[in-house]
Amino acid sequence: MKNIVKMEFSANIANVTFARGAVAAFVLDLDLTLNTINEIKTIVSEGVTNAIIHGYNKNEKDIVYLELYLENDSLTIVIKDDGVGIENIEKAKEPLFTSKLSEERAGLGFTIMDIFSDSMEITSSLNEGTTVVCTKTLQI
Amino acid sequence: MTLKVEIFIKRYILYIRLNGELDQNSVERLRIRVVELINKYTIKHLVLNCKQLQFMDSSGIGFIIGRFKNLQKVNGEVILCSMNESIRRIVRLSGLAKICKIKNDEDEVNTYLGVV
Repeated sequence: MKNIVKMEFSANIANVTFARGAVAAFVLDLDLTLNTINEIKTIVSEGVTNAIIHGYNKNEKDIVYLELYLENDSLTIVIKDDGVGIENIEKAKEPLFTSKLSEERAGLGFTIMDIFSDSMEITSSLNEGTTVVCTKTLQI
Repeated sequence: MTLKVEIFIKRYILYIRLNGELDQNSVERLRIRVVELINKYTIKHLVLNCKQLQFMDSSGIGFIIGRFKNLQKVNGEVILCSMNESIRRIVRLSGLAKICKIKNDEDEVNTYLGVV
């Protein structure tokens, strides 16, 4: 089984909800457990929130890219932005670290994405953007 | 809206029944309203009833940690109840379970707080 969906949308915070719904629809046919669907939705929710809030500082003129690849039992989620980039990826991955202290953020986005994926890869360059790739093996 | 809330106050306790999805998209409005109520009615405890809460991510966790910090100053508590399995999981994962009281339902919360 092979399926690919690629989409792009404005860095509007309403699109966090949209992206989560889109990924849920993408895996709808696969007969996954509620738990697994919830993990996938959470990965997308955290990743798209990061792109909009951190990558683009909520500038609605900017574009977030979301790509979903399904090949047999492997799901790959790619979340990409052309935003400010991450200065120190290791630091950003630390639980409870947040660059926006004044905004009441938990600093758990990457930690949760990592826990809910089988593997997570972050590539980032300052002022060029960030790409996060999460892969997850599904029990189909 | 993706989140609907039912809010009521009993003796310095703010009850919020959450219905829908708590993410970055819905958390902002909720935060403004709740902070305003906490200040206006000198609230001590916050009860978040999650019975109808379908989804929560780290934006929701951040909101709860923020209220915990507010209420800690007045020796108050944040109490979570009626969580489904996925909400329970993220609450445990995030460490929220260590700073908030967890109860099975609103009746148990009321018994705990001594509210009839």
